Amino acid sequence: MGGFLHLFIVNKSGGLIHHRPLSDRAPTIGTNEWLRIGSTFHSLHAIAAEASPLRLLGNKNAYGADDGIEEINAGGILLKSFQTRTGVKFVITADPGTADIDYVLREIYVLYTDCALKDPFYELEMPIRCELFTQAVDLLIERVEKSGPGSFKQR
Amino acid sequence: MSRSTPNILDRPLGGRGARSEGSVSTSAFAYLYSELVQYHQSRVASISELERRLESSGYGVGLKVLELLAYRAREYKRETRLMNILQFVSSAVWKSLFGKAADSLERSIDHADEFMIVDYEPITSMYVSVPSDLGQLSVDAYLSGIIAGVLDGAGFTARVTAHSVTLEEHEVSANNAPNANSSGSGSVNNNLPPRKDKAVFLVKFAPEILERDATLDR
Repeated sequence: MGGFLHLFIVNKSGGLIHHRPLSDRAPTIGTNEWLRIGSTFHSLHAIAAEASPLRLLGNKNAYGADDGIEEINAGGILLKSFQTRTGVKFVITADPGTADIDYVLREIYVLYTDCALKDPFYELEMPIRCELFTQAVDLLIERVEKSGPGSFKQR
Repeated sequence: MSRSTPNILDRPLGGRGARSEGSVSTSAFAYLYSELVQYHQSRVASISELERRLESSGYGVGLKVLELLAYRAREYKRETRLMNILQFVSSAVWKSLFGKAADSLERSIDHADEFMIVDYEPITSMYVSVPSDLGQLSVDAYLSGIIAGVLDGAGFTARVTAHSVTLEEHEVSANNAPNANSSGSGSVNNNLPPRKDKAVFLVKFAPEILERDATLDR
């Protein structure tokens, strides 16, 4: 059982460029609320790096992305974030205990580079309106949910 | 002094940097082509003008590809018949540019001067999502320019246009199998959703060409 709820993508200035429910059980969240969530997460991500007692070299993590929130594990929700070197943050919320979220985040990054960045009609940092991207994300979630948890081992 | 450098016409198209004989990364092409489209889009006022600009970008490629293929296939005799030049375009040109022959070559039933070359997976539109306000735009216009260049260079004046035609039911299922077998780019295709449309290049010959071809029949 998947357990994925929402996907949202924040650009490097903190603006929300994409949000999408990944299953029917995901609660409906209005567009304005989404924009608030996006910028709030962006600010918290930045603050966490500053507030952390452990300072990484150059404030960058092992993958070259800025140091910040990677996971929020709460009573009813699990939130995982993946930041790229260019400052784009891919965030997924899911039921606690959902497996393979890291794999999915990385695959979505690949889909972003393929379907959004190679699309001549997509403007960088603007909301993603590429049909190919949304279709590919849906297909990915379907594929992951079908193959069951733990089938995508992380490095 | 040194080993003789191979003739430039014999060198792989990708240059010394090409990973294997005559192949370039699809991503590199996709990014470059995306910039080409954006460059033209900022300078045009209408969809048809954008398509025309893409076609003229491809025209030069067509002329050069014809010369190159004619040179490399040493026994090449200049094609004078309509069907032969169309076969040449849909198999030899396509194979050298995209690694596989075009998916089909058809003759229009309604018009004697129209032919259609069909490609189910043109590389120019692999990653492109055309926004709804640009409706009928086909970014494969670049490929129709290439076809027009080859035909013109060979002496067959034609007007070539690119159209995105929605796949019929039987074509959709037939195409999901070949994609799994395609070499090299197989792993790329696995992530993308299956295409819902095919690219049809409509080739309309000038009337003199058809007359000329008809006289050759006798």
